[in-house]
Amino acid sequence: MLHLKDVSLGYKIPLRIAALVIVTAAMLASVLVYRNIESLRSDLSANASRIARVVADTLVEPLLHDDLWRAYEVITIPFRSTTGKAGELAAEYILVLDIQNKVYVSSKPARFPVLQPLDIGQPDIQRHLAVGSPPWPDELQIIDPPASQAIYLVTPIEADGVRIGTLLMSYSKQPFSTRLRELTRDALILTLLVLAALLPLGGYWGKHMAAPLLQLSEAMHNVGQHLPEPADLPLEESSDEIGQLAKSFKIMLAELKEKEQLQQQVITSDRLAALGRLTAGMAHEINNPLGGMLNAISTYKRHGEQDPLTLKTLSILERGLLQIKETVAALLVEAKAQTRPFDPNDVTDICTLLQTEIEKKKIEFTPEVELIDAAPISSTLVRQVIINLLLNAFHATHLHGHVHLHLYRNSDHLYIDVSNDGAHIPQEKVSYLFEPFTSLREGGSGLGLWVIYQIVQQLGGLITVQSEPDHTQFTIQLPLERHHE
Amino acid sequence: MSKFLRLIPCLLLVLMLAPAHAAPDKVPAPVRIGLTPVFLDDQAAFVHAWRTYLEQRLRRPVSFVQRGSYREVVEMLRDGKLDFAWLCGYPYIRNLNRFRLTAVPLYKGEPLYRSYIIVPASDRKSRSLTDLRGKVFAFSDPDSNSGHLYPEYLLARQGLTSSAHFARTFYTWSHRKVVEAVAAELAQGGAVDGYIWDTLALTHPELTGKTRVIAESPQFGHPPIVANRNVAPELFKAMQAVLLRMAHDEAASPLLSTLNLDGFVYGDPRLFDGIADMSRYLDNTRDAPSQRR
Repeated sequence: MLHLKDVSLGYKIPLRIAALVIVTAAMLASVLVYRNIESLRSDLSANASRIARVVADTLVEPLLHDDLWRAYEVITIPFRSTTGKAGELAAEYILVLDIQNKVYVSSKPARFPVLQPLDIGQPDIQRHLAVGSPPWPDELQIIDPPASQAIYLVTPIEADGVRIGTLLMSYSKQPFSTRLRELTRDALILTLLVLAALLPLGGYWGKHMAAPLLQLSEAMHNVGQHLPEPADLPLEESSDEIGQLAKSFKIMLAELKEKEQLQQQVITSDRLAALGRLTAGMAHEINNPLGGMLNAISTYKRHGEQDPLTLKTLSILERGLLQIKETVAALLVEAKAQTRPFDPNDVTDICTLLQTEIEKKKIEFTPEVELIDAAPISSTLVRQVIINLLLNAFHATHLHGHVHLHLYRNSDHLYIDVSNDGAHIPQEKVSYLFEPFTSLREGGSGLGLWVIYQIVQQLGGLITVQSEPDHTQFTIQLPLERHHE
Repeated sequence: MSKFLRLIPCLLLVLMLAPAHAAPDKVPAPVRIGLTPVFLDDQAAFVHAWRTYLEQRLRRPVSFVQRGSYREVVEMLRDGKLDFAWLCGYPYIRNLNRFRLTAVPLYKGEPLYRSYIIVPASDRKSRSLTDLRGKVFAFSDPDSNSGHLYPEYLLARQGLTSSAHFARTFYTWSHRKVVEAVAAELAQGGAVDGYIWDTLALTHPELTGKTRVIAESPQFGHPPIVANRNVAPELFKAMQAVLLRMAHDEAASPLLSTLNLDGFVYGDPRLFDGIADMSRYLDNTRDAPSQRR
């Protein structure tokens, strides 16, 4: 069951405008028709009353002189000059009755012969005017019997205050119904024309009005699944309420997005912190027995009997344990080592170290170093970070690709930007990017970024990733050690 | 001749007075001619054209005087307020000593006409006045021969009077309006000048078509143009000559054609004997105990 309130505004507003237009047009049309008919009626009354008075006055003399022909001429005057439109308002017939209510003269002698009593063969007049039941009205009276096809005007003809006859004018109601029909038809045509002009306009306006609301509604509807980019929303910028709503919505969306990102970052860093703690704890727990085991093997090798099979076995054990130690060491990033400050020469060293990689893939490597002197920060760690980042970049980029390194600092921080034009990192992988054993390529250890992250974390820095197609950039911000300066 | 001699002082008086009036502009006083509805006198354009014609032929101004009834015109002519008048034969024979026959219209080659009794075309039964008993009847003028005297005479011959025979009678004061009254069925019968009805039948067949002639009278003298006996003989002669010449005057032929007449001729007062007989008969009847009206 579809309720009106459930219908989309996209239809509802145009429909309401259309309804308004139709109602207005219909009301205007009916008012016009009504006014016209009323004015016709009052025109007729005024016109007829005027004629009735004049005719009644003019009839006094012919009646007093018993001049029938003159009386006939008087009552036929109104019929002579009435043609066309004016004829519509003309009387249907005029009767002059003598005091016995016999027809003295009529404008239609064939229908109302002279001397005929009025009540013969005129049921309409008889019924509605109660002819024969005097007294007739003492002054002009308009009688409009609802059931009758005619309106009657009854005027006394008086000479010197004495009644000498009665003037009865009958007006057909036919012109009213004819005019009503004509007017209604005209009004209908006019209304339809107006509607034909206004409805499309109304529809257009309605759609136009509804459009921003619909856009907003659709945008809000989409928020549930994912947060759309505020810039991507086709919302109109305007100062009206809808425009303000859209603006507020965009602001809200931006805030939501920020919050979501923040949340994502918090989750990611929480997870990474937890992982870091777990890893550190496990590394310690593993390292303690591992040290013991390796010592035991070493002691046994030096002092025990040299049975070749045992030695071989021990060697296998020792290599395995060493591998464990290395892996654990790799996971357990120790940033405590105090080394010399990082200086621009370190970059040159790094470039030299990585020359083989660069040449192998014919990479266009553009180091940009905006450092003049040494920065008060552990050179070992920074070097490790840069090397890892560059190695990742070299692996990510394609043959003849481009890798850019930008090093710069301000008074508080050292910034390391590494960007490449290789395949970009999918959004869903960014969250897990810094977790150990997360490799984006075949054969990677998945520890490179983990190490970088751990170092950055331990140094109290920030790492951000921006990855779009053909451009992936890692930016690392590392705080400088103040007390060294 | 003695009458003529007796008129001389009057003429002298007129001649003495006339220059006093005419002296400033040398324009003689207009000839005053009374018109009655014995012809279709409601054609203003025709009346104007006829007046212009008469002025040209008489070489002096002419004024036509029209009044609502025969009686008024007759009285004006009698009182000398008119010089000439076109009257019905009936008032003429009643004023024979005062009026002088100037010319009689020639209708269908004769100075004669008839009275018609007409009924509405819808009335297919009535054959005579007698059949119209209890109906409403229209007369043209109390002083009209064809429109009143003749039907009254017909009824009187049967020992009837119009007031007793008809439920109601009325005068329309014009022959044409009798036709209109009967055509509209305001009256169920009417008496009308036959010449007028015939002329209307030519010009307004839609009007006469609504009426039907049920009876025609014998021929009577056509309504004549008469003069006050006091009219100057020169003027009388001049007028008579102009009227009589109309039949041969090319310029008058459109006028005669409108009038539906062939011209004007000398008339003999005996032409109107028939009317006089009827008038006398009715006067005798009226003197009898049975009162009219």
